[in-house]
Amino acid sequence: MSTLTIDKAGPTRKVKYGSMSRDRAWALRWSYFFLVLFALFSLTPPLYMLITSLKSSAEISAATNPWWVFHPTLSNYVELLTSNQFLRFFWNSAIVSIVVVIITMLISIPAAFALARMKFWGSATLATGVFLTYLIPDSLLFIPLFKMLAVVQDLTGITLLNRWYVLLFIYPTLTVPFCTWIMIGYFASIPKELDEAALIDGASWLQTLTRIFIPVALPGLIAATIFAFTVSWAQFLYPLVFTTSIDQLVLPVGITTTLIKGDVFNWGQIMTGALLGAAPPLIIYAFLMDYYIAGLTAGATKG
Amino acid sequence: MADVALRKVVKRYDDVEAVRGIDLDIADHEFIVLVGPSGCGKSTTLRMIAGLEDISDGDIMIGGDIVNDVPPKDRDIAMVFQNYALYPHMTVAENMSFGLRLKHYPKAEIKARVTEAARLLDITDLIDRKPKQLSGGQRQRVAMGRAIVRNPKVFLFDEPLSNLDAKLRVQMRIEIKKVHQKVRTTTVYVTHDQVEAMTLADRVVVMNKGRIEQIGTPNELYHKPATRFVAGFIGSPAMNFIPCRLEDVGGTLQIRLTDRIAFPLPPARAARYNALPRTEKLLLGLRPEHLTESHAHFGPGVETFETVLDVTEPMGMETLVYFGLDGTPVCGRVDPNAGAKDGAPMRLAMDLNNMHLLNEETGVVL
Repeated sequence: MSTLTIDKAGPTRKVKYGSMSRDRAWALRWSYFFLVLFALFSLTPPLYMLITSLKSSAEISAATNPWWVFHPTLSNYVELLTSNQFLRFFWNSAIVSIVVVIITMLISIPAAFALARMKFWGSATLATGVFLTYLIPDSLLFIPLFKMLAVVQDLTGITLLNRWYVLLFIYPTLTVPFCTWIMIGYFASIPKELDEAALIDGASWLQTLTRIFIPVALPGLIAATIFAFTVSWAQFLYPLVFTTSIDQLVLPVGITTTLIKGDVFNWGQIMTGALLGAAPPLIIYAFLMDYYIAGLTAGATKG
Repeated sequence: MADVALRKVVKRYDDVEAVRGIDLDIADHEFIVLVGPSGCGKSTTLRMIAGLEDISDGDIMIGGDIVNDVPPKDRDIAMVFQNYALYPHMTVAENMSFGLRLKHYPKAEIKARVTEAARLLDITDLIDRKPKQLSGGQRQRVAMGRAIVRNPKVFLFDEPLSNLDAKLRVQMRIEIKKVHQKVRTTTVYVTHDQVEAMTLADRVVVMNKGRIEQIGTPNELYHKPATRFVAGFIGSPAMNFIPCRLEDVGGTLQIRLTDRIAFPLPPARAARYNALPRTEKLLLGLRPEHLTESHAHFGPGVETFETVLDVTEPMGMETLVYFGLDGTPVCGRVDPNAGAKDGAPMRLAMDLNNMHLLNEETGVVL
């Protein structure tokens, strides 16, 4: 017993880092360095937009420090928010994006479920095909699409071109393939036993989808929703091509069409419009991120 | 509750036959364990009973009705999966009642059944928790609860204890047995663990390479294995197989193990094996517990021999001794106080009253 010594100083002793924790500390420092760099890089343009939106046209064209506001004014905001035109663009964008998100989800979720779970002949090829569709750039597609809609209009007499609702048919060609692809990935990560258990419990395919898959793959669903909304909200080429009348325009096209007159750029209002236009996606991100909890499947199986 | 019958059931995946024509009758209330090494077709068989796999050929009957084309939900079965397969977004109560809610049972009855099952499985306190807040053993109980509340004709268990640690596995094994004693539902249980099979089953079905090797009570399989596979698979440590041949010396039938070691067979065994050709290549099958330390008062049929031990493994209640007989590794079980030491010589006793004789080529127990 006499040889036994107890190291009473143990807990108060200065902690020595092993090589593992030293590596980790350096990894952290580097990641913070790059994160800060990245944050600065991506936050500078919106900051510049904010600064410009608070200036009058006179101050913008004056040769002063562009990074500082000497006479801040909210006139750009007041003018835009009281302009029926701008509110019309905003409304068009909102209705188009929301409906497109709904259409996309109604198509993507069942499609992804079928492709991920119902092993039918050619399902794997079809799944890859869906993704490949997404890889075709919209700049290649807009002329054939325009032609298609023109033919439909000629044959049926239903006016689609130059109507905001034409975008409800066009945007899903961009959003559905990618959202389906995302959802296939999420659905495929759900353990097979979960739908087998549901099947034995007496659930139909539809019930398995609505009561098991959708709740379990909610993070994926939210990711897909965010994607579909962002694509619809920010889309420029298609609305530029398919809509021309002022009252049919969506926000991105509306701002550039009405605030750039010839070679006169109304920078203050352009920046204000862009900032206001960026608000809805930001709000939606902030709101949905709370629900974007990874690892929702934890506890389903072992682990 | 119902009986289950399999008639020449075959499962083919493209060119591979996973299950090669199985016949099996499971009586009402019976607890059947399908056991075998991985890839033997036991899980496939279970999944075919569940309806999760189509059968390529043959018939499956539950309660006398052929269910080949009946979807899982209409077979009135409940299944417990190896990885529990609990719905992660539902509470324990919701998990257990999911099947009943889909079938639009009255709320009061659902509540009563869930409460009863929770009480039976001792998970009443966990009823409002989500699966991720439960330990492995608790999750497995919930999975069993989900099966019990349905009150199905048949319970199917697919290696339900494989994800648990050794201690919990023993505990849950006893729980499963207790639950079966209470609810008496016909049960088909798949495992690769022969101890689980022996302890739980009314009858064990040993499967190998898509076929049934033997069906019998745990004792039958242990004491009267039909093939080398069953003899080697059931029991731990495994049965020893020692190459041997029969010879006649002075009118008595002898079994020769090595040039040095040959023993006369006990009369009952001699009568049984007398007709065998003396040239046949045979294996002596002997369980480790029939190879013990030698002492003075053995009855007839127990023969002693001298050997040098390679390795000893003290297990506490017994010591396992390993040695070689002409290059064949052999394991014996001796008393911990018998003085077995690594590399030391020891006199061992072979109980030939419990021997098995196998055809080396066919593996059939003679």
